[in-house]
Formats: sequence, C-alpha cells, structure tokens
Amino acid sequence: MSKTFTLDDKRIPFEDGQTILQAALAASVYIPHLCYHPDLEPHGSCKLCTVKVGGRQTAACTLRAAEGMAVESDTGEINAQRLALVQMLFVEGNHFCPSCEQSGDCRLQATAYQLGMLSPHFDHFFPNRPVDASHPDFLLDFNRCILCSLCVRASREVDGKNVFALAGRGLKTHLIVNAPSGKLGDTDFGGADKAAHVCPVGVILPKRRGFAVPIGERTFDKSSIADYVASRHGKRGGEK
Amino acid sequence: MEIQKNHSAYLDPILERHAHRATDLLQILRAAQEHFGWLHPEAIDHLTRRLGVPRAKIEGMASFYAFLHLQPAGRYRVLFSDNITDRMLGSAALRERMCRNLWIEPGKVSEDGLVSVDTTSCTGMCDQGPALLVNGMAVTRLDAQRVDAICDLIRNQAPLAAWPTEYFRVVDNIRRSDLLLNPGFIPGAALTAARQRGGQGLLHEIKASGLRGRGGAGFATAAKWEACRDAAGEAHYVVCNADEGEPGTFKDRVLLARHADEVFEGMTLCAYVIGARKGLLYLRGEYRYLLDHLDRMLARRRENHLLGASILGQPGFDFDIEIHVGAGAYICGEESALIESLEGKRGTPRNRPPYPVTHGYLDQPTAVNNVETFVATCHIALAGGAWYAGIGAAQSSGTKLLSVSGDCARPGIYEYPFGISVRQVLDDCGAADTQAVQVGGPSGTTLATHEFDRLIAFEDVPTAGAFMVFDIRRDMFEVARNFVHFFAHESCGFCTPCRVGTSLLRNLMDKLHNGQGSPHDFHEIEKLDRILLSASHCGLGHTACNPVLDTIAKFRPAYELRLQQRRFVPAFDLDRSLQTARQMTGRDDGATHLHDEGSVR
Ligand SMILES: Cc1cc2nc3c(=O)[nH]c(=O)nc-3n(C[C@H](O)[C@H](O)[C@H](O)COP(=O)(O)O)c2cc1C
Ligand code: SF4
Ligand code: SF4
Ligand code: FES
Repeated sequence: MSKTFTLDDKRIPFEDGQTILQAALAASVYIPHLCYHPDLEPHGSCKLCTVKVGGRQTAACTLRAAEGMAVESDTGEINAQRLALVQMLFVEGNHFCPSCEQSGDCRLQATAYQLGMLSPHFDHFFPNRPVDASHPDFLLDFNRCILCSLCVRASREVDGKNVFALAGRGLKTHLIVNAPSGKLGDTDFGGADKAAHVCPVGVILPKRRGFAVPIGERTFDKSSIADYVASRHGKRGGEK
Repeated sequence: MEIQKNHSAYLDPILERHAHRATDLLQILRAAQEHFGWLHPEAIDHLTRRLGVPRAKIEGMASFYAFLHLQPAGRYRVLFSDNITDRMLGSAALRERMCRNLWIEPGKVSEDGLVSVDTTSCTGMCDQGPALLVNGMAVTRLDAQRVDAICDLIRNQAPLAAWPTEYFRVVDNIRRSDLLLNPGFIPGAALTAARQRGGQGLLHEIKASGLRGRGGAGFATAAKWEACRDAAGEAHYVVCNADEGEPGTFKDRVLLARHADEVFEGMTLCAYVIGARKGLLYLRGEYRYLLDHLDRMLARRRENHLLGASILGQPGFDFDIEIHVGAGAYICGEESALIESLEGKRGTPRNRPPYPVTHGYLDQPTAVNNVETFVATCHIALAGGAWYAGIGAAQSSGTKLLSVSGDCARPGIYEYPFGISVRQVLDDCGAADTQAVQVGGPSGTTLATHEFDRLIAFEDVPTAGAFMVFDIRRDMFEVARNFVHFFAHESCGFCTPCRVGTSLLRNLMDKLHNGQGSPHDFHEIEKLDRILLSASHCGLGHTACNPVLDTIAKFRPAYELRLQQRRFVPAFDLDRSLQTARQMTGRDDGATHLHDEGSVR
C-alpha cells in the first residue's frame, strides 16, 4: 500500500519526498503552475500552485506530501486568487499576444484561458524592457518575462553555464545575461541548452522560425493546459 | 572620476581578508565600493575571475541592495530617511531645499558626478530626525541651517572626516530603564554563571524563564536553541539579527551602542548551549557608524578571554564572532533572507521547511535571534529563569524595549515589563491629543483611542518595539500611504503576489491621494489585501496590507474624504500627462485642457 493524501475529492498516492504538485501531476491531476518544471529544483515563486492545507495557503510545488493530508485546490476561492495572480503577471510585463510567436504555445496565456481570464483587470505598468537580438540563433524579448527563473535554473543546474540571473529588487526585478556587454550574443548560450527550451512564455525564442505552426493548430489551441499537462505527466490515474 | 585600470591593487587585499570566500561576496562588494563609491565593471571582472562567481550572479546580487551601485552614484551620496516620522518632522521640504540648493533633481546624479540626493527607508533615527545618510553615515537632527551647511561642505568637496562631528552624533535617548538597560553588567559574569550550570542547566533556566524572541514572531528561545543543538550538522552557528529594518524601531541601535557586551555575551551563551564555534552578527547598513565601536568591543572581549579559543580558560570552549554589514534591504531582517545575505546572495526568503535551526547558514544548524533576545539571556543566566518568569505578563515574561517616536514630547527608548498599557506609555512620553499609535511598525497594528487600554504583550498587542505616535493633526490615510510605499520599495520581488501586489496597492493609494478614488478602488484595495495576506511567500507580503486594513477599519473618514468620484475614474490622467509636453513646447492651449464633468479638481 502506498501512502496517500486527498486533493479535493481525489485520493493521490505519493512516494516519500514528493511534493504535492509532483504527486498530483503523476496522478494526472492538474494544479496550475508556472515556475515549476519536472527536471529542475522547485522554486515556489509564481504562487499559481497555491493550495490550502489545514486552512493555510501554501505552494504545492514546494510542500512535501504527507500521509492523510487534506489539500484543497480546485475551489472557487483559490481559482479566483490564481486568476488575480495571472492578471498581475500580465500587467507587470508587456504581453501583446496577437503578435507573439509563442501565442498558442504559451503557458501564461493557456493558464489564463484555463482560469477564465477575460481581461488583465489591473492597470498596466508598461515597463521599458529592450529586446536583445545579439545572438545569431536566439532572440530575447524581455517584455514577456514573468521572472519564473526556469531559464536561470536550467542553465545552472543542467547546462552548467549560468547564462541567466535575476537582478534588481521588487517590481524592478529583471532578467540579466552573463556577459560584460549584457548581451546573449556574448555568452556561450546555444540551442542545445536546456535553458533554450524551458521558458513558459515567449522570451527565449529561436530566430527565423516565424509561425511554422499556424495559429489555431498550436499546443494549447488543441487542448487545454489542464488536459495537456495531465496527459504528459500522468503515469497512473488518480483514484476517486 | 579616474578609474584605476588595475583593480587588483585594492581588491586583492580585500579578497585576502575574506580568504577568497565567495560566501562573503556582500562584504567584499561593500569594501570594494568604499574605493570609488560604486562598483566598476572591471572590478566585477576581477572578482569574477578571482572568486569563480559568474558576473551575472555578482551583478544580480549587487543590484538587489539599495546601497550598492553598479553605476556612478556621486562622490557624495545623500539619502534622506523617508519614514513617516521623518516626514512629520519636515524631511520632504529639507530634501527639496537641498536639491534646489545643489541644482539637482532628486534621484539623479549631478552632471559633474559630485552628488546625488534620494530617499531611503527608515534609518532608525526616528527619535532624532529628520535624518539622512551620507556615504552610508548617519546625520541626525536636520534643519534648514544644517542642510545649507551640508550643501556647502559638499560643494567644497570636504571629506566626511572634516565635517562637524556634531552632525554625526547619535544620542541614546534612554527615557526609562529596567533590567536590560540598567548599568552594572560585568562582562563575563553571565558566562561564568552559565559555566557553573552547564549547557543543559542554562537551557533549563531559559526554558523556565519563558523567554520569547524579541524580533517579532515571539518564538520560545529555549525551544529554538534546543532544536538547533539537537540538529545534526558539521558545524553549528549563532546568528544575531541586528538588521532592525522595521520603520520606527531603533532599540537595537541603542543596545548595540550601550550594551554590546551583553549582546556578544548572549551570543556566546547560545554558542555554549548549541555547540557553535562561530557566530555572525548581521548589522544593518544604516548602522555602519557603529562598526568600529563593535569591532573594538569584540577585540576587548578576545583580550579578556571572553571570545576566541578556550573561553574563560575552558579547553574546547572556542567561539568567535564576525560582523557582517547589510546594504539597504529590509527583507534581510527575515531570518532566512538574512542567511542568504550572509552567504553573499540576494536576500530572498527561502522555502520553509526546512527551518534555519536545522538548515541555516551554509545549510548547517543555526540559531537566529534578535539583539534584545540575546541581551535578555545574559540576565537569565545571571539571576535564573524563575526570577525572570516573575516579571511581565503571563505569556510574555520579562521586559520590552519600546522605540517611541512621533508626536510626543520625549521620544526615545522606554523599557517596561510586558503588560504595560498603551495609555501609560503615551503618558510617560508626553503625548497629547493622540489619535493613533502604530505599534510594531508598518507591519504591526494601528491602534485608535478606544484601544489605548490594550497591553503591550504577546497575548494582546505584540511588538518588536516600534511605537509611533500620531496626534489629531495627522492624516491617517497619509500614514498608511507612506507605509504602503515602504512595502512596495522593500518587496524583494521573489513572489508574484507581493512583487506586483505591493506596487498595485501603492498605485491605488496614490490614486486616492490624487483625488481620483472611487468606491471601485476601495474594493480593489480590499481584494489586493486578501491576495497579499494569503498567497505571499513571507511575512513582508503577509503584513504589507496591515496598515491599510487597520486604517480603513478605524479611520474610515480619512478614506471617504478621498473617494471623491462616485463613478470609476482611470488612474491615467491625460491632463497631467500633457503637462510635460506643455512645458517643453511652451504652449498651453485652452483646448488641450480636458475637464470632464465627473472629476473634481
Ligand atoms: C519582513 C521581515 C522582517 C524582519 N525583520 C527583523 C529584524 O529587523 N530584526 C529581527 O530581529 N527580526 C526580524 N524579523 C523576524 C526574524 O525573521 C526572526 O523571527 C527573528 O530574528 C528571530 O529572532 P527572535 O526569536 O529572537 O525574535 C523579520 C521578519 C520578517 C518577516
Ligand atoms: S526568460 Fe522565460 S524562463 Fe527565464 S525567467 Fe523569464 S519567463 Fe522565466
Ligand atoms: S512576500 Fe514579498 S518579500 Fe516575501 S518573498 Fe514574496 S516578494 Fe519577497
Ligand atoms: S509552481 Fe509553485 S510557486 Fe510557481
């Protein structure tokens, strides 16, 4: 008998050391998340995965599952809060989805759809974030950065390169590149890097590959992010 | 400004002093910056090579701290303390005066690279404000005359050492002393008493004393030390939290200035219990002026065998203390962010569990306590836990230092047994016509007149020590707005709700301030409050809404005054935005003024 906890009305089995989010995904149950990636150390910063355990809210991607835990996730109250967090991410950066190459493959956009977002709600900050086109094969459009640090972790933990780092503080937090010029073209970044493939939004994009897949046929055009994530991660079904 | 091509000349001795430890990066950068007033890109190159730390990591770290500069920031860097108490003493007008006097814009470096004037969060001089920092050193009791004299000194490029010492004088303003502040402590006495009892015996006394942490959360000190002692690790560490960043708090400043022996001795007691050989005191950057004094105290304790190898001649009792200086980040008072900062990183709070007692500094078991907590342990070691438990309130034994500032005749430090009423404190400090007291700083509680019989104690109104008094002349909305600006400025930016939410909250409060508020904005504020409270990563985000929630509940008329618009009005003000264009073009056509009927100006 493996250990279990309950997530809303489902029983979720888990192994020691697994977080709530890892166990849920393994059981094909979706909890919204943006800064989590199965191959990287959890970070716990976007707070999309916030769930309620014992009346207290906590990030599901960092809290280890424990026997008998009762976790609330898919409730009106929590989803409303997640929606507000996604809206905050939209107004913090500059997201013009119709002209973005990542549209349809973007996890921020897909999560917004999933949560029923109709407008950004809050006032935009319209930050000034110049684009970096210095690299021969990749473009960095910082306007869309949600500061999830997935690229930072991938470059450090997997690629062993430290190409990216977070800088600044508070709302002035931003992504920087490891070169005296601050330009990606002056780093050893390459297409084979893990960091080139983890960005959940449209910051780190390959050049010369505009609209290879037409809008309408992209990842999250075909299935919701909940279904997509559940089908990709799930190894066994959650038991009712 | 000439920049040496050869940065190794001044950097290598610094690196040597820190044994090339990348974990000392913040201390290394602080020292490096003292050379030019900023960190030159080539200096970063050099550090990258010598320490093996990627430059993006160094830049990412440096840009986190308000007092580190990656661009030239002026040979004289002036920062006005922007706490509400400084403002109430007229700091804004004095800052404007200085800017006008020096012909500079706030926040920008003068064209000749001489000077910059900006604001900073509370510098902990609320009892002798308005205050500023110049190149990291505190200047107190500003008035127009002093500001003008400072402008002259800057224009004449007088080195700080040649400025009148009176400007840098910080007085202790001790108004009421009890067991912690009474003089007479003999260095080494608490250690001698502890050695007679043994580590377990001392722990027993502290447990019996009921001592709870003075940094805010009120965690039982004995339980913390015991858990730390029992945690497995290669080394154990003692950390003293002297970050004292909460606006309105300055009692640790006074303890460090007057009772440093007790602070260090308390840390040594902790080392004795948990088996630590190394202790670190994290001194907030604003208290840089105390560093020489503290280093001298440490040296004297070493001479007297109260620190170093074989303390009190006991073989194997080895312990020493290092001081790390912060660099302008309130969040580094949060214990896990503090540890990150001690390790030379950005001060972002860690994910917990695990807690510092098992995985703290360098991932080893670490006991983090507030300055005042350590001082209290000395007196418990001397006189016993039962004696201490008899002082104060039921769930709050002992005494508490209050930092009293704002509208009162006698601001300063007041030490009371726990359980004192707010009213009594107000009487003692000579406050009149008081309408509100902010206990515990912006993250604490706003008390209105009907609550003045409440008691300072963990079971009633808990506090880390701030006690800011507001009389009936003050606008409590503006007080809350100042606090909200503080949180937006100090949010570390790690988690979405606080990074974005505190700035949204700030903008909404500014919108109300500008007369564009409507009931809609009121609901928005309440919504943001809920998200900050429940989804934030750490205590900063959790408490960032407290001043707004409290003042809405208790001083609602101050808000209703601002809700001048019945219907929603956007924060974007076309008229105001056109102002720059009007100035630049020198044109001011009547037709470009847009006054819609709904708005009141
Ligand atoms: C945002 C934030 C700021 C804090 N600032 C301080 C501080 O300046 N000084 C302090 O002693 N504790 C501060 N704390 C509390 C510390 O995290 C920690 O609880 C305390 O240092 C433990 O010491 P104690 O048990 O002796 O109180 C802060 C906590 C938070 C969440
Ligand atoms: S670039 Fe992409 S992966 Fe990197 S922090 Fe920004 S959003 Fe995250
Ligand atoms: S709540 Fe604020 S200060 Fe705390 S981790 Fe989040 S962003 Fe940083
Ligand atoms: S996925 Fe858990 S906080 Fe981002």
